[in-house]
Amino acid sequence: MTSILIKNGFVIDPVQGIRGDKMDIAINDGKIVKNLSNPDKTIDASGMVVMAGGVDIHSHVAGAKVNVGRTFRPEDKLQSTYAPYHGIRHMAGGTSVPTVFKTAYMYADMGYTTVIEAAMPPLYARHTHEEMRDTPIIDEAALPMFGNNWFVLDYLKRGEMDNAAAYIAWLLRSTKGYGIKCVNPGGTEAWAWGLNCLSIDDPVPYFDITPRQIVSGLMEVNEYLHLPHSLHLHSNNLGNPGNYTTTLDTLKLSEGIKPNNNFGREQVLHHTHIQFHSYGGTTWADFESKGKEVMDYINSHPAVTCDIGFVTLDETTTMTGDGPFEYHLNKLNHLKWANTDVELECGSGIVPYVYSKDVYVCGVQWSIGLEMALLAKDHMRCYLTTDHPNAGPFWRYPRIMKWLMSEKARNDVLATMKNEDKVRDRSTLGSIDRELTLYEIAQMTRAGPAKALGLGSSVGGLVPGMQADIAVYPYNPETESDPEKIEWAFSHAKYLIKSGEVILNDGEVVSNGNKKTYWVDVKTTPNRQVERDIDQTFVKYYTVNKNNYEVNEHEFMKNPCVVQIDAIQ
Amino acid sequence: MNTVTITIKKQPDLFLEADCFTPDALAGKKADEIAELPVFIGKTVEKIGDYFTVSGETGPTADETRLVFNGDFTKVKYIGAKMSTGEVVLNGDADMYVGSWMSGGKITVNGSVGHFAATAMSGGELNITGNAGNYLGAAYRGDWRGMSKGKITVAGNVGSDCATFMTGGEIEIGGNVDVHVMTHADGGKVIIHGNAKSRLGGQATRGEIYLFGTVDVMMPGYVKAGETELTIGGTKAVFTIYDGDQGERHPTRKGLPIYAKLYLKK
Repeated sequence: MTSILIKNGFVIDPVQGIRGDKMDIAINDGKIVKNLSNPDKTIDASGMVVMAGGVDIHSHVAGAKVNVGRTFRPEDKLQSTYAPYHGIRHMAGGTSVPTVFKTAYMYADMGYTTVIEAAMPPLYARHTHEEMRDTPIIDEAALPMFGNNWFVLDYLKRGEMDNAAAYIAWLLRSTKGYGIKCVNPGGTEAWAWGLNCLSIDDPVPYFDITPRQIVSGLMEVNEYLHLPHSLHLHSNNLGNPGNYTTTLDTLKLSEGIKPNNNFGREQVLHHTHIQFHSYGGTTWADFESKGKEVMDYINSHPAVTCDIGFVTLDETTTMTGDGPFEYHLNKLNHLKWANTDVELECGSGIVPYVYSKDVYVCGVQWSIGLEMALLAKDHMRCYLTTDHPNAGPFWRYPRIMKWLMSEKARNDVLATMKNEDKVRDRSTLGSIDRELTLYEIAQMTRAGPAKALGLGSSVGGLVPGMQADIAVYPYNPETESDPEKIEWAFSHAKYLIKSGEVILNDGEVVSNGNKKTYWVDVKTTPNRQVERDIDQTFVKYYTVNKNNYEVNEHEFMKNPCVVQIDAIQ
Repeated sequence: MNTVTITIKKQPDLFLEADCFTPDALAGKKADEIAELPVFIGKTVEKIGDYFTVSGETGPTADETRLVFNGDFTKVKYIGAKMSTGEVVLNGDADMYVGSWMSGGKITVNGSVGHFAATAMSGGELNITGNAGNYLGAAYRGDWRGMSKGKITVAGNVGSDCATFMTGGEIEIGGNVDVHVMTHADGGKVIIHGNAKSRLGGQATRGEIYLFGTVDVMMPGYVKAGETELTIGGTKAVFTIYDGDQGERHPTRKGLPIYAKLYLKK
């Protein structure tokens, strides 16, 4: 392994509290080191920003529904030109649902090195891992969905925490998952009956359990298993006017639960794409922002983290495990709709969507995301995402950074909206003059999400001993004043180093890296009951055999990285 | 208006994609500059001059440029694609995507064109003296934004899936048309002087189809709604009106649903 010295950059690292000091960063043997003599390679980063590699806590980049999105939107490929192969760069295309190669290259161009695939249907874990294996450069992990799983609903309803924990540990091991994702708890199962759960007390048909019990139960199990990440929740009633009360009810469930892990994680609940869950009003006519109410709660409750899910005002493809939501979205926009029921486990839906700045609802959604991020008091607990591709494609992150860092850039967008007055009236964004600093952006995009994922000791920072994931951006914070330069610089990283290997050299991809896939192996007390339940369910209900379900590490992963946990009681 | 003549001198072995064959891309260029421009055959990049002889002079702007293509262009795709102004005259047959995504200007084809001609056209004029293939004036695969403006005239026959997802503009067909006309349309007009096969206006919510000839099989979603005398394309005739597609969601005006209209000549 080569040793590298990055000289004279403006270093920003919230983990160590470094705010743009001119420093050198040394790398040896894949790790960041204190100092280095005779480096093999020296990178002159003078006039440039040096940060740890970005960490995306919530993105849909691999698996069955992403691929359905690609298949059923051939027109998505028209919005951008197919880039031919170039050097070691593979041919790449697609816009809101890019190919695996384009996904990796565009994340690399933005200086990102770790991405979490946020919704893996356990039944399609093999497909998800195949796509992740074929995505070069970026380290990934996938979160299997548990919020509508029959085993989980059954165990939690009967209050059998040991059984629920044993089952979840088995499923994480079988599907090589990283943590507990929960999408529209109970609602997607109810959708199989043509129903939904819109509040946390709506019962799930047949199972007779409520979202309240599911969310509380999963949080408890998460801490029982000492998992690196907390419960990763997409709560009920997404995207509907007036849903902020459901969101607050859900967030309150975290009160009283204590984090229990050895990974430095402090939260017990991560609420994802919170922008979609912070709506006031009763219909789309009196729709308004309740971002302040929701963010106030999060600001005062340190055991909760969130990512925003910024609307980027683009044409995109919405895809979520929240099946009933996609049906209702299709009833609004009348474009195409795909729906899947994943036997015994979950479901999903896909609908193309055009977030137009001339439609006032889209304008307000755009405002809510920015408003919430600007009202957040602790950006170590509030992260930058677009719920890619739901609120917009991930490669718009640099544009969001521009909006967050420049009031002028936000006002420029507002001024071009057809319903500017109405949009300004429905949220407090227009009255906020806060401009985030690069330090806060680094918290939102690296240090914060890495800590929430329980990866804070190895990625998201520049502390000696950490994995050498480093991005160098051609942006001079001392001289630059044009907000457009922010967007340009953060989508054109000059250098990217991952695990000590140079990936981008002067903006060119020079290596596909040795991408890692994280997964969690929790040892629990042997549980004959659960083993029998699993075997019987495979025989009785599943259309696949258990042996054709489990994901084999050697076949499906190039470079597996196991997180071992002992949760034997 | 200045004219550049592009004559084919060598047929490519595989299909050649020439998305630079538009007044917009060639305006202001000299003949020898044009001959140096890239064209694609599969993943290989070749020069226009390898396959075509270029003579004449372009205008300073696309508006003042006329491109004349002579020869057999049945192995050349994308002639006039994305053009916004100027004129293209094609003396011969062409392959797919003639005038696709065109937003203005005029294309005259003295011959026949392949599939996907005038895909998602949003303006201008396309005249074809021969036949057109499938998906004439249709939306791109998967897209819901079809032809929105402009006029297409085909003297001969047209293939299947013509005017899919049409929202505006007009297509006039002198000959016969294959199955699926104006599927999913939400506006626009298609006039068929010859015969049609089946599935006229399937899943259409708005738009008009005028049929002078016969239709083999009517869509079940269309119901008779009276008769009217109209002059269409210079011909006066009595038409039976059908409203549809009844199976679809329809917008309303003053409380009454708006339907796609199918006019069959009596």
